[in-house]
Amino acid sequence: MQESATHPLNIVVLVKHVPDAQFDRHLTGPGHTLNRAESILSELDEYALEAALQLAEARGGEAAGNRVTALAMGPAAAVNAVKKSLQIGAYAGVHLNDDALAGSDAAGTSLALAAAVRAIADSQGPVDLVITGMASTDGETSLVPAQLAERLQLAQVTFASELDVADVDGVPVVKARRDGDSFTETVEAPLPALVSVTDQANSPRYPNFKGIMAAKKKPVTVLTLAEIGVDPAQVGFDGAWTAVAASAPRPPRSQGTIITDDGTAGVQLVEYLAAQKLI
Amino acid sequence: MASVLVFLDVPALPLPRAARELLTLARTVGEPVVAAAHRAEPAMLEALAANGAVKVYEPAGELDTVLVAAKAAFLADAANAEQPAAILLGNSFEDREIAARAGIKLGSGVITDAVAVAPDLAVTKSVLAGSYTSTCRVRTGTPIITVKANSVEPAPEVPATSLERVEVPLSAAGPAARVTGRSGKRVSGRPELAEARVIVAGGRGMDGDFGPVEELADLLGGAVGASRAATDAGWIEHSAQVGQTGKTVSPQLYISAGISGAIQQKAGMQTAKVIVAVNKDADAPVFEIADFGIVGDVFSVLPQAAEEIRKRRA
Repeated sequence: MQESATHPLNIVVLVKHVPDAQFDRHLTGPGHTLNRAESILSELDEYALEAALQLAEARGGEAAGNRVTALAMGPAAAVNAVKKSLQIGAYAGVHLNDDALAGSDAAGTSLALAAAVRAIADSQGPVDLVITGMASTDGETSLVPAQLAERLQLAQVTFASELDVADVDGVPVVKARRDGDSFTETVEAPLPALVSVTDQANSPRYPNFKGIMAAKKKPVTVLTLAEIGVDPAQVGFDGAWTAVAASAPRPPRSQGTIITDDGTAGVQLVEYLAAQKLI
Repeated sequence: MASVLVFLDVPALPLPRAARELLTLARTVGEPVVAAAHRAEPAMLEALAANGAVKVYEPAGELDTVLVAAKAAFLADAANAEQPAAILLGNSFEDREIAARAGIKLGSGVITDAVAVAPDLAVTKSVLAGSYTSTCRVRTGTPIITVKANSVEPAPEVPATSLERVEVPLSAAGPAARVTGRSGKRVSGRPELAEARVIVAGGRGMDGDFGPVEELADLLGGAVGASRAATDAGWIEHSAQVGQTGKTVSPQLYISAGISGAIQQKAGMQTAKVIVAVNKDADAPVFEIADFGIVGDVFSVLPQAAEEIRKRRA
């Protein structure tokens, strides 16, 4: 899928430790935050990691100087998202962990992540690509990737369903396909860029035994706000630009009328719709 | 009177329902002012005025070969010129990204997925895939709120007053991706999934044949949706997917055909006003949330319902 590969890529993949969406989830406490016990690596982030690994491998992988760093922000347990990413194949991991981050909204999260990406660039050299999933499966706002692109002044390519980095006159360029409701677009962006990929972009690999063993030897760097130069007052509950005043579970839907088709169910359906003034 | 800046991307006429909803909502908070991402034709200006807009900001040039960066820069410039009490956008992926980037430029908090906005700008939103409702507020800057379709009833048109036009000089959007190609898909003539009042959705039980789903959707003037199983199988395009990894919808009527209703799918549709389910498996989880459920074969129930609707209309 790649053309001649010369320029190794330095890729940061954002991974998030989220409550498993297969189970009931609850908002608790004065800040109406999500109970994060039973959390896993966000399913949608596996597509981002896979995209990063494929791009790096097409250019000769780690041996050729490519880098794939999984970056997670969150409390102590969030390191599990980094470790899972290392087992799947990321080359290195960074865990941004600071008590002051608790309760951050999208603005605070994007501020801290932007500083973490800059810190990674300071230690490794310029970051070419930041890759994210299409959304987190908890907050679901999809604000953070766009805000990160704005803060880092990266070209932004979101919702890519196909992704490649091709060398055009020796300069790597991001090429992506986006599938919209009424048309499909092809887009190009210069590096450095921020890309988010959909669940159509690839089929994520699973960690195998070799990967799980190898992950134990891979480095995980833990960063605090002080180390990345972020003022704690600008993040967390106090630094948030938005606040949740109240939350309540949606009343459960009560089960309605259930009938078994006796040969007239289609007619009964229309009668029901007419009674509800829906037709 | 404070103004409310409404961002409108789509230059289509007649003005889409989603745009009329935003203008209606703006009128409950202040005086609607539009930031239009494309230069407005005279007929568009009339439509905006008839929906209560008093002023429109337009870019001095075309923005559309560059993805959201340029639109976000334009919106931030319009907001700086207008100093509104709030900024309203739709809730599409692109609208949310424009809101996100404009929020950083303006130093303003962004709230997405709003289903109601009170006159004091308290925002009600649906979270955790519709399982919770929360009330939020923007604490910093001009509140930027993206509003889900079908949240308000569009108000009737008003006698048009004069509409002030303000041209916004293009500012540098920074590094940006460019659109290099665009291929149109088959135009179905159906409403957009996220905005549709009626959705008929099919799943694994359609077994590769979406004909009955499409027939019923067209009779009801609705959109066609699908479960992930159906889009993964390639029976229908991916953009039709409703659920955790697809679109979240809140139509007046959602007819679920041959979909078991696993949590992945439920996440995308449980805020629909009325849910009808047809499935041959009486134990399908979708029946737990259905207002009207039919245990039966989609290939006899759907066509019979379609036939009955035609008969009643004849």
